[in-house]
Amino acid sequence: MSWHDHFHLIGPALALLIGSGVVLAADMLWPRRAPVWGLTLLALALAALYALWHGVSGTRGTAFEGAIVVDDYSIFFAFVILTTAAAVTLAAREWAAAFDQTPEFFALLLVSAGAMVVLVQSVDLIMIFVALETTSIAQFVMAGIARDDRGSEAGLKYLLTGAVAAAVLLYGFTFLWGLSGTTQLAGIAAFVALADDGLRLPLILAFVFVAAGFGFKMAIVPFHAWVPDVYQGAPIPVASFLSVASKAAGFAVVLRVFYTGLGGGGTFIANEWAIMFGVFAAASMLFGNMGALLQTNVKRLLGYSSIAQAGNIAVGLAAVAAGSTLGPSGVLFFIGTYVATNLGAFLTVLVVSQRLGSDEMSAYAGLIRRSPVAASILALCLLSLTGIPPTAGFIAKVYVFNAAVRTDEAWLIGLVAIAVVNTAISAYYYLRWVRTMLLDAPADDSAFAPSYPAQAALAAAAIGVLFIGLIPTPLMAAAQRAAEVLQ
Amino acid sequence: MLTLFLLLPLAGAVLVLLLPRERAHEAKWVALLFAGSAFAVSVVAFVLFDRDTPGYQFVDSVEWIRAADAGFSIRYIVGLDGLSAPLVLLLGLLTTVSVLVSWNIELRVKEYFAYLLVLEAAVAGVFLSLDLIQFFLFWELELVPMYMLISIWGSGRKEYSAMKFLLFTLAGSAFMLVGFLLLGFAAGTFEIAELTANAPAEAAVPLGLIFWAIMLAFLVKLPVFPLHTWLPDAHTDAPTAVSVMLAGVLLKMGGYGILRIVLPILPQQAHDFRLVLAALAGISVIYGAIVTLQQKDLKRLIAYSSVSHMGYVLLGVSAMGALGLSGAALQMFTHGAITGLLFVVVGLIYDRTHTRDIAQLSGLMHRMPLIGTVTVVAGLASLGLPGMAGFVAELTTFLGAMPTQPVATIAAIFGVVLSAGYILWMVQRVFHGPPSPRWAHLTDAGTWWERTAMGSLVVVILAVGIYPALLTDTVQAGIAPIARIVEAVA
Repeated sequence: MSWHDHFHLIGPALALLIGSGVVLAADMLWPRRAPVWGLTLLALALAALYALWHGVSGTRGTAFEGAIVVDDYSIFFAFVILTTAAAVTLAAREWAAAFDQTPEFFALLLVSAGAMVVLVQSVDLIMIFVALETTSIAQFVMAGIARDDRGSEAGLKYLLTGAVAAAVLLYGFTFLWGLSGTTQLAGIAAFVALADDGLRLPLILAFVFVAAGFGFKMAIVPFHAWVPDVYQGAPIPVASFLSVASKAAGFAVVLRVFYTGLGGGGTFIANEWAIMFGVFAAASMLFGNMGALLQTNVKRLLGYSSIAQAGNIAVGLAAVAAGSTLGPSGVLFFIGTYVATNLGAFLTVLVVSQRLGSDEMSAYAGLIRRSPVAASILALCLLSLTGIPPTAGFIAKVYVFNAAVRTDEAWLIGLVAIAVVNTAISAYYYLRWVRTMLLDAPADDSAFAPSYPAQAALAAAAIGVLFIGLIPTPLMAAAQRAAEVLQ
Repeated sequence: MLTLFLLLPLAGAVLVLLLPRERAHEAKWVALLFAGSAFAVSVVAFVLFDRDTPGYQFVDSVEWIRAADAGFSIRYIVGLDGLSAPLVLLLGLLTTVSVLVSWNIELRVKEYFAYLLVLEAAVAGVFLSLDLIQFFLFWELELVPMYMLISIWGSGRKEYSAMKFLLFTLAGSAFMLVGFLLLGFAAGTFEIAELTANAPAEAAVPLGLIFWAIMLAFLVKLPVFPLHTWLPDAHTDAPTAVSVMLAGVLLKMGGYGILRIVLPILPQQAHDFRLVLAALAGISVIYGAIVTLQQKDLKRLIAYSSVSHMGYVLLGVSAMGALGLSGAALQMFTHGAITGLLFVVVGLIYDRTHTRDIAQLSGLMHRMPLIGTVTVVAGLASLGLPGMAGFVAELTTFLGAMPTQPVATIAAIFGVVLSAGYILWMVQRVFHGPPSPRWAHLTDAGTWWERTAMGSLVVVILAVGIYPALLTDTVQAGIAPIARIVEAVA
């Protein structure tokens, strides 16, 4: 394998990193006049084309001594990440125009997205850690980029919790390496398969640490405390990116580490990690929904809501551990629908809050009369988050719960019961918001429409939500294909 | 044909929304056209329905989600049998009536009719679906238009009532989904026909638990004491047309679910718990009737009478025999028509007097003889007077339930006495008595849409009462296979 074969396999990520350099260089050459927004989109488009080329040309394989792979799984998530980054960029145009550190923001966004693409390609503990830290450090800066009080608080809070999480994760990785003598997931899997019962405790310790470290990225309870503050304090484009791309990448790497690295659901410790994710799932749904019930700030509400949604995905993880054949594709399918839905919700909030100058629920009163497009799309996405047909969220929940039920484990069926009760609880705050937009009298009647790029991003999200809801088979098939390579 | 019945209201809803703003007042005509066409389709289906052929008719089936190797295939499949045919007919009729009684609506007209039509499509989906997941999809879809209709166009504490309705239904249906998934997993299919033919003998959890998980959603919807508290609030605060739909067809979703899904698939569990069901039925009838007697608000009175009357449906179910089940199915149709009509006249009275306080109404018969007469007809039908639709259903239910559930049946028969009390007392207070000068300016129902709305339902009530075979033949064709399954376990 010559050097350019190696680089060919990380082509999409390279395109993003080079794009990031180009954005900064352009800003240096033509300060404040460089078309950084366009360059960012261009870099994302090139990366997406590259990933598409990987996909259709059948490019699969490993590079860098087996640290990096290109497989259906990595391509699935590369598209998730690139779509999210592109949608955030489109919708953030107006916000960026009023902001004096636009080039830095877009450069960081590209670095972060690039590192995430590498992250979902990594099958080696060291590579995973490096990619995870690269994307995290870019995100720490992005969270605090506004440099006002709230923004700085958000940035610092995110940095401190992130640093602790990284330490815990590294500690877990050290255990795994110390036990198995290898950092490659396939090697660890081979070791676990042969391990005897005496290694149960050290292995459980190792994966509890690893899960705790990743739990921060996935934003599941009990590693969620940063979420509401950071989502509220960080600029909304950053919060959107964190809540969608970062969370998706977190779940992607967790699924890969636990499924490939620990040898799927058939190992002697599968039951323990199934229960661990089950507890995380139940706690995330309960705390997320309880926290969201009384929120009046929409960014905080979406923060808590995304914790609860992570709980739903974690139900899928627990099902995976319990040996469900539907589980891995369930996690992927749910993430796919979550991307469309949550992007739609966050980006509408971005567009609307920009115009209204407020993140308070009361500012959304009567939005349907002021901006029918934004209000309808937001309402659609909120229905999807609740899980009401004919939206994507309905099918996603049915699919994941079905996967959990099919494990035939009584406690997982109990977990599904907790999940469906939480769906009913979440309806209260999601639909209260819908009601505010559709029913209440607006404070003032001035109409407004999102900018055209923002409209394009919103329309794409809304079409995604409806399309997946009505014709779920294509995404389902893609998720199943991607999940197959894990086995 | 059934798919057409599903799509017509949806197409109507889209068309209504596409009307330009300045032509919004034409929305009602579009809605009437599409609701009327759907009604016509339901009439054609009811007439063409072959009562001698067993099984589902007019079946449309398309593969919707294909993931068979992973155990997640869902078909779009609709069909009609003797159980669903009358309910679909009722749905077509009551939606048309609902459009008519909404003729004067002025607030956000386009959205109103769009939601009403989406509601029809969702309920139609529930009555026609032959796949559990598809059934659940339509069951949930019904929530959104209903929530909007109550909370935008309602009155009083409309937002509270709408949210209460929503949360009660969602909490119930949440467990229904778990039950469906468990059944689907145990049997390897979500199709109702296959599940009925090869009901799973065991599942991951005891079948009794699955029974209650699914039953809970249907008992909330029916509703049965003590899960009924959402109903009076929703009815009182909903606009007239929505009350008509709610009492007329939405409550029937609960009874329909029990007959279509619970009894055929889990007959043993239903048989094991029949005493609990009978007790719930008896309590609902008596409790509902006693609370009805105390109501001062006209709409609340009829709402509570629904709790009482829907208890008969559950009583018929708990009898676990062909006669009782037929009674339950008949009661669903007749209660839908009768209570639908009662809500229509209450709406017409409220439009004129702007009060529903019974104490303030008096001697209305002098001012509005037509509305008064129709109310008397509906009231008499409601209390089960022979020659009216209600009598047929109640008699069948009691005959079916008496041998196996004597205590609950006697309680329910006592409920009929009470219902005579509250209906006649209501008629006496509102329509008779000295004419109040305050209402001297009122006019009777004069417009064509008011008369058509009332007239069509009166015709149905009298027709079924005088010649019950119109309905009973179809219902018995639908009930026979269910009764065979249920009687086999007894």
